[in-house]
Amino acid sequence: MRPVYIAGTGMTAVAEHWTRTALSLARDAAHLALQQSTINRIDGVYVANGSGAPLGLHQNIAPAVAHALDLHGVEAISFESAGAAGGLAIRHAATAVAAGVADAILVVGVEKVSDFLDEHREESMALTSDTDWESLHGVTLTAQWAMLMRKYMHDYAVTPHDFAPFPVNAHANAVANKLALYRFAISADKLAGAGMIADPLSLLDSATMADGAAAVIISATPASAAPPVRISGSGVASAPVALHERTDLLDLSAVRLSSQRALHAAGIPANHIQAFDLHDPHGIAAVLAFEAMGYAARGTGTQLGSSNAIRPDGSVPVALSGGCKARGDLFGALGVYQIAELTAQLRHTAANQVPNCQHAMAQSMAGIANTVVTHILSRD
Amino acid sequence: MKPNRPVGIVGYGAYVPRYRIAAKEISRVWTDGHGGVPVSAKSVPGPDEDVITMSIEAARNAIKRSDMQASELTAVWIGSESHPYSVKPSGTIVADALGATPFVSSADFEFACKAGSEALTAGMGMVGSGMANYVMAIGADTAQGRPGDALEYTAAAGAAALIVGPAAESLATIEETVSYVTDTPDFFRRADRPYPVHGNRFTGEPAYFMQVRSATQALLQQLGVSPNDITHAVFHQPNARFPQAVAKQLGFSAEQIQTGLLANRIGNTYSAAALLGLTAVFDVAQPGDTILMASYGSGSGSDAYLLRVTDAILARRDRAPKTLRYVEREYFVDYAVYAKWRDKLVMG
Repeated sequence: MRPVYIAGTGMTAVAEHWTRTALSLARDAAHLALQQSTINRIDGVYVANGSGAPLGLHQNIAPAVAHALDLHGVEAISFESAGAAGGLAIRHAATAVAAGVADAILVVGVEKVSDFLDEHREESMALTSDTDWESLHGVTLTAQWAMLMRKYMHDYAVTPHDFAPFPVNAHANAVANKLALYRFAISADKLAGAGMIADPLSLLDSATMADGAAAVIISATPASAAPPVRISGSGVASAPVALHERTDLLDLSAVRLSSQRALHAAGIPANHIQAFDLHDPHGIAAVLAFEAMGYAARGTGTQLGSSNAIRPDGSVPVALSGGCKARGDLFGALGVYQIAELTAQLRHTAANQVPNCQHAMAQSMAGIANTVVTHILSRD
Repeated sequence: MKPNRPVGIVGYGAYVPRYRIAAKEISRVWTDGHGGVPVSAKSVPGPDEDVITMSIEAARNAIKRSDMQASELTAVWIGSESHPYSVKPSGTIVADALGATPFVSSADFEFACKAGSEALTAGMGMVGSGMANYVMAIGADTAQGRPGDALEYTAAAGAAALIVGPAAESLATIEETVSYVTDTPDFFRRADRPYPVHGNRFTGEPAYFMQVRSATQALLQQLGVSPNDITHAVFHQPNARFPQAVAKQLGFSAEQIQTGLLANRIGNTYSAAALLGLTAVFDVAQPGDTILMASYGSGSGSDAYLLRVTDAILARRDRAPKTLRYVEREYFVDYAVYAKWRDKLVMG
């Protein structure tokens, strides 16, 4: 298998893009990535989009994106696996390039949700939970995260206040990210007074979905003036969709398995990762992910927050671009944003730069971690 | 837009029902008192009040402030989204009650919250062309909000009447107007539905803010004036925050919009909202003051006007109750009484 490089990245602002279409956002991000790269032939266009079909907006957007980029006749594939779509598109592009099936693939992640009413958005996301036992009865992902948080608080005697450092860190980091949805800091005190969305999850511990597109060129050569950044490892895992079918509610097993597979492929131990970006719509999601991956013992994940380990100067810096909470939750496009953002970390050009960053981890998921994709990026 | 013959406002009148419901009372019922509220209170029409009765009150006040007779009106036009009848004009009843019938033009206007200013613009055309000497333009609404919806906190009732006439007789001349309209479906109500639907945050930046900014900026540009040159500014006020935010975006100060900002106490009076802001400014303005008014109607569009107050205002404004007198006349009802009066109880 050949090494696989990031040959260019591009992102639009994460915002309510009222005057734009999904296609025009995708085109903008792709043009930025193509400008950054010296690639002169694209063999495939892989497009990740999680909400287009469940919102009734569009399905199989990839050929439209290829056409909009004047890449006529190119292989164009749509990835529509909800929140995992972006990570899966990256993985399959990397696999195709590593196998020699293609030399360069343009991966685009795009979401356009602002034109839909809140309840339709919530419903489209809820479809990623179990049809027979969960979504049909009206449960939403937010409600399920809230139930997991409630159980966590019960089992480990912590309070909502203990989760506050995660959204506080995300907002602090987003201030320097010019593309973030919310570029302002929040305090733990303000968080404590926030209204409840799904008790114990408050408004300020809940991510906002927004519009945006990111593009990454996956290539057999670095093909860029910037320092070479490689996709050194990739792993995907699945878990029972219905929460009640899991033997241990607070063990995100697919997070554990996908991260183990990605680290194994990269050939590095877990403690070599210097920057993280996780699928973290709420503090509880990051806490459970860190515990599943072994960065914190069971029941101690909130201490990563209280000890400042999650900050840019800590041992497990996370949400360096603002995370889902402050950069904005990009659902199916998230996995592509993460790769673009962490490529900047490894090129040492990020707004919140981790000193001498050599290895970084991106992780995105569908539903409550029923499909999880983890990538390791490395600087040679 | 500017008519050939200079026009202005020769009389104005306001009316706001005395009843109020506190926004906190609504949130007590629907959200257990949690969360912020967009206004402090909104006006509630009494059980015997509707667009027609409120229009008559406001129009009679306007006639008192003019030096003309109702029989001299060439048109009586009412802009509203809550006309009591789907088919049968509110205007005929109001014209008759005022004594303006039978040789009078009458019609109802509909353009969400800017139906009243649409009637004003049409009146400028009719008087400005010489077809009429006096046109009564009214904005009035008893607005509907689905129980529990964000709109229920603000959907209020009120009426404002403006008589358009020759500039020489005016208490304020209208220098120029701009209408800015696009197909922007931020809020609508189908013909057979009791309550409107709205696009949540889509009603903000791409709708209200974009339209009001565009109309106002075009007007200022055409006249070659800046916000600093204007004494008072009045914007459509669907809640307390939007008019303050758009004023800031356009470069107007809090002082410039203070007099015409009524939404926090009476809610969103829809077709009457911008016009009531204007009548409140007329009540205190000095000769020579300039007033900018920009309405907004969902669907959507904005009408912006620049007016200049004349000496005539001093002798005429005390002939009828001032706008603030209606605003300050508050009788609070609870949600149960409000629900009964507003036909929100569906039994059997």
